[in-house]
Amino acid sequence: MYLASVGPLRTPLRRVPGNVVALGIVSLVTDVSAEMVTAILPLYLVFGLGLNPLQFGLLDGLYAGATAVLRLVGGHVADRWRRLKTVAGVGYALSAISKLGFLAAGSTVPAIGAVLAIDRAGKGIRTAPRDALISLSSDPATMGRSFGVHRALDTIGAFLGPLVATLVLWASLNDYNSVFVTSFALATCGVILLTAFVRDQSPPAPTSRSLPMLSLLRDPNFRRCCLWAAALGLFTITDSFVYLAVQRRWDISTSLFPLLPLGTAGTFLLLAIPLGRLGDRVGRWKVFLGGHLALIVALLIVCGPVGAWWLVLALHGVFYAATDGVLPAAVGPLLPENLRASGLAVLQTGQALARMAAAVTVGLLWTLWDLRPALLVFTLALLAVTIAAAIFKPLEVRV
Amino acid sequence: MRRRVLAAAIGVLALVGGAITYVAHARNGGAAENAVPVVTGQPMRFDGKTLFFRNLADGPDSGKLAAVPVADPGAARRVGELHCERFAAAHGTAICLRLKAGSLPAMTDLIILDANLRERHRETLPGTPSRARVSPDGRIVNWTLFVTGDSYAANGFSTRTGLYEVDTGRLVKTIEELAVFVDGKRYFASDVNYWGITFAADGNRFYVTMASKGTTHLIEADYRAYRGSAIAENVECPSLSPDGRRIAYKQKVSNGVWRLAVLDLASRRIIHPPDSRPVDDQPVWQGNDTLLYPLRNSDNTLDLWSVGLTTPARLLIPQATTPSLG
Repeated sequence: MYLASVGPLRTPLRRVPGNVVALGIVSLVTDVSAEMVTAILPLYLVFGLGLNPLQFGLLDGLYAGATAVLRLVGGHVADRWRRLKTVAGVGYALSAISKLGFLAAGSTVPAIGAVLAIDRAGKGIRTAPRDALISLSSDPATMGRSFGVHRALDTIGAFLGPLVATLVLWASLNDYNSVFVTSFALATCGVILLTAFVRDQSPPAPTSRSLPMLSLLRDPNFRRCCLWAAALGLFTITDSFVYLAVQRRWDISTSLFPLLPLGTAGTFLLLAIPLGRLGDRVGRWKVFLGGHLALIVALLIVCGPVGAWWLVLALHGVFYAATDGVLPAAVGPLLPENLRASGLAVLQTGQALARMAAAVTVGLLWTLWDLRPALLVFTLALLAVTIAAAIFKPLEVRV
Repeated sequence: MRRRVLAAAIGVLALVGGAITYVAHARNGGAAENAVPVVTGQPMRFDGKTLFFRNLADGPDSGKLAAVPVADPGAARRVGELHCERFAAAHGTAICLRLKAGSLPAMTDLIILDANLRERHRETLPGTPSRARVSPDGRIVNWTLFVTGDSYAANGFSTRTGLYEVDTGRLVKTIEELAVFVDGKRYFASDVNYWGITFAADGNRFYVTMASKGTTHLIEADYRAYRGSAIAENVECPSLSPDGRRIAYKQKVSNGVWRLAVLDLASRRIIHPPDSRPVDDQPVWQGNDTLLYPLRNSDNTLDLWSVGLTTPARLLIPQATTPSLG
């Protein structure tokens, strides 16, 4: 914990702001908590509670849209009250409390739905103020590195989550409640770490505009970023389809199938910081688009006659490392400090909604045409949008 | 600052300590005494006069395979050391499906047992136990597992149904390669799911539910020719009567709700035994006119019930599921 206490801005460790490292550790602990529940949830609902899989599917799809909307609310409120840390903290706390909700909900489907909704709401609320804090705590010249460090720490948490869940199940002799209690304890640790070690940033008071989010979109640079991010999202193939295509193409054993996301996460983890730094040097928009090229190549390999599954997963990880933290790092400096959370919320919500639409479209095309033609059409469309976004690019922030 | 660090450290330590205590308690938890009379140490074997089931009554023997005489289902439960989430037996062969502890993603052990409930063979496959059956001649065991993550709907569920020939050791991990005809045409789709196999006495004809594009078909199949055709819709978890004339099944009433129904294969007539409560399992035939099936009770566990085709339902064994007549 000395990392956060050594100074207001920099640690000796690679000159990453202490606040960013602190936020990264909060995300790490929170992600362990979240991913351990994600890992056991299907098992718990269907096997532990005896729900049938159909009910599970309904529960699962229900709240994705709500998260997107709450992200806007979180961003807006955080800027309005000038309390980024408090709003992020409320989001983290809601998710923590929801873990105990599983114990209370028992096997009542509506109650479990409500618990999941609270969890997703917490995630939606905290994302924009957290990214705004990272952005405001960083030197604009090295913002890519800051986001890279945060995303790398976050991914370590996602790696550890299923392992911790397995450990708890093993130690408790398959007691699901123990997983929820442990998850709650870790999530609450995350809230404590946030409270104790993350410094709030107080940007100047917002000017009195009635709808600051809309006024932000009047800025042509920011508007262009949002539009391109959404347009690319519209043709970004959902993770589960990528893994499914890889499994089909190389006939990967069903017992190994659930491990495929680890390949993506591993590359993401390794490359998040280097690609963030690369963005700082050569331009973040270039790296962001380069990430989409990596995804395009990965999908062409899936559809083509040569290549290997591990190469596809590695490129899929490159895609995440070059886009997930790089986009807010690219766009953050375009936004006024007092509207940073709102702006990032608009950007990420547009992208998330576009990706949800993409998931539905791929599913539909897959049912109509089969997987490969659906993938090819999507990949070519993504290539076209990527090229267009490289030509009509927003002005790069130069510092 | 130092105060803040100290307070945070205490908070974190208290939370982690609390979680560890909870896990340790869960490990040693559970009732110390059985809530129902239980007899241990007596051999269990298939004699045609015994009803096997999974004991769900609170206590140290909860979750274990238990047996009572068919003639006296209220008798004290004989339990051994075998834990099975699903169990089925026929003609001197049994299959026990057991979730592998601490496996993520979930794996299931499929344990094939002889007439003395000794292990003959074991396979481990991905998924969680859902259904298990043994063909009446005891030569083919089959199962259905729920598998997460390979459906195109993110986090969707799918089922995988497989079988194992006890004599030859031939393993079919999934019967998705079965050549299926719907309305006389060979049916191809990427979203096909199978569940709930039931074999006829000849050990060759079998029935299974196939779901695709929102419709569930009852497939009548020939094992040696390895082909089948759809003969009815909305028939899930089929169970063929010993005389091979009727299929008991769960009939969908609405999303997530099914009731017991019986299809007469010759006349295609559907009758409803006098129990309309929601059921979610593959029924078991006792003779040619009585059905055994689990129903959810007020404790949110399961009780075993029996119903005649026309005679009313009665509670057979409380706190029990996955019945099988050995």
